[in-house]
Amino acid sequence: MIHQYQNNGYNIVMDTESGSIHVVDDIVYDMIASLNEYSKTSNIRTVACEDDIKAVPYEEIKEYLTDRLSEYDESEIAESYEEVAYLIEDESLFTDDLYADYIADYTNRETVVKALCLHIAHDCNLACKYCFAGEGEYHGERALMSFEVGKKALDLLVKESKGRKNLEVDFFGGEPLMNFEVVKQLVEYGRSIEEANNKKFRFTLTTNGMLLDDEILEFANREMGNLVLSIDGRKEIHDLMRPRRGGQGSYDTIVPKFIKAAESRGQMNYYVRGTYTHNNLDFSEDVKHLAELGFEQISVEPVVAPESADYAIKEEDVPKLCEQYDILAKYLLERRKSGKGVNFFHFMIDLSGGPCAYKRLSGCGSGCEYLAVAPNGDLYPCHQFVGMPDFLMGNVDTGVTNTALRDKFKLCNVYSKEECKNCFAKLYCSGGCAANAYNFTGDINGVYDIGCALQRKRVECAIMMKAATAK
Amino acid sequence: MKHIKSLKTRNLKKSIKGCGECQTSCVGNQSCE
Repeated sequence: MIHQYQNNGYNIVMDTESGSIHVVDDIVYDMIASLNEYSKTSNIRTVACEDDIKAVPYEEIKEYLTDRLSEYDESEIAESYEEVAYLIEDESLFTDDLYADYIADYTNRETVVKALCLHIAHDCNLACKYCFAGEGEYHGERALMSFEVGKKALDLLVKESKGRKNLEVDFFGGEPLMNFEVVKQLVEYGRSIEEANNKKFRFTLTTNGMLLDDEILEFANREMGNLVLSIDGRKEIHDLMRPRRGGQGSYDTIVPKFIKAAESRGQMNYYVRGTYTHNNLDFSEDVKHLAELGFEQISVEPVVAPESADYAIKEEDVPKLCEQYDILAKYLLERRKSGKGVNFFHFMIDLSGGPCAYKRLSGCGSGCEYLAVAPNGDLYPCHQFVGMPDFLMGNVDTGVTNTALRDKFKLCNVYSKEECKNCFAKLYCSGGCAANAYNFTGDINGVYDIGCALQRKRVECAIMMKAATAK
Repeated sequence: MKHIKSLKTRNLKKSIKGCGECQTSCVGNQSCE
C-alpha cells in the first residue's frame, strides 16, 4: 500500500508493508500517484520468484504516464521511471501485504508476562476533571495496596515471565506517592529476589508531584528507570483541569519540583506528561511552554473522554488539532536547528532500528504480556480496565484464570480490525489502544475514529521531521 | 538517485524471517536493539 503526502515542503512516499520511506521531487510524486491508480487494474510488477521481481517495462507504460504527466518532458519521465522501477524491483515500492498469513501463527504463540502496572494507590490528592480513574478511585472505594499484595504480584511476575530476564513494573494510581512506604518496600523486595531468579526489574513511577520531596526524588533517581511527571502546560490550562480537592490550582506547587527532578536526572529517563482537551485546542502552546520551562522530554496527549464531557475532543476539533501538530513539528525542528532540541513523545519514531513486523502487528501486549493489579490484588488487562467487572482476569493468588479473555486480547491485532487493514499507519500504531476502542465502540476490536485521525497526523509529522533531519 | 532520496528504514518484510524480547508499549518509537 502506498501513502503519499506533502508536509512542510517535503513530498513523502510511504510504502506501508516494507516500511520504506522516500522523499521525492514533484515529477516522481505525481508519477507514483499515477502508478498507484495503474496498479489497481494492472500489474505494476511481475514476480518470477521471491528474489526476481521486475517492474513493468517503461515501453509498456510510457503512453499511460506521458498522458498523465503531460506537464513534464518525456525524457524526464523516462529518467524518473527508471528510478521508480529500481525501487519496485528492490521491494521498497508497491510491495505486497504478506502479513495476514503470518499473524495468525504469531498470535497463537505462547506468551509470557513481561510487565505489571501496580495500582499502588486508589486515592489521589488532586481532583483532575478528566481522570479516567474517577479522581483516582477507579469505580470503587479509596484503597491503598498493601505490601503483601504487592509482594504476591512481584512473585507472580517472576513466575509468569518464565525464562525472560527483563521485567517492568509501573507504580501507578491514583497518586502512588500517597503510598510511598509500600513503593519503597516493594522495590527493596524486588531487588532482593533478582539474583536468585535471574531477573532484572525496571521500575517506573508516575506522579502528580504534590508530595514529591528531596527524599522521594533521591529514591526515584536511584531506583526508577523512568519517571512520569504529570503537568498539562500553561498555568491557566493546568489549573483548570488539575485542581486540588479544595479547588485551588496545583501548578505553582509542582513546577519547581519538576524542574528540579528533570535536572537531577540529567534531562533523561523522565517525561513531563500532559493531557490536552477541548479547552486547549491550541495545545502546541502548552508544549512550547514546557520546553521553555527547560523540560527536554515532553508528552502532551489528547484526552479520551465520553462525548458528553464538555472537555472531550470532538470530531470538528480534528482539523484544528492536525494544524497544531504541523505547527508543533516546525517548532521542534527550529529548536533542534538552534541547538535546543526537545523530544516530543508522539513524534519519536525509530525508522532504522524499530521493532519487527510481528511486534508492530500485535500491539502493546495488554491482557497477555502486560497486566494491571488493583490494590486488592485483582488482575486486569491494563490500567484503563481496572475496576470493570467484565475485564477481571484473576488475582495475585490464583494468577490469570480468565484465559478466554487473555486469548481475546492476544488475538487483538491489526488484522482483527477491518478498518486497520487499509490504513498506512497500521505498522506504527499497531491497531491502537484496546481500552479506547472498548470505551467508544464497546469492543476491544473496534477503532476510535478521532484517535485514529490524530495518530495518522502524528505519524506524518514524525516522518516529515525525519526527512527534514536526514543526512 | 536524482529524483528520490530514500530514508534509512528497517526492512519490515525481512523482519518476518518475533523473538519477543521487546518490552510492552503504550510501538512506533520503540527500538528493537
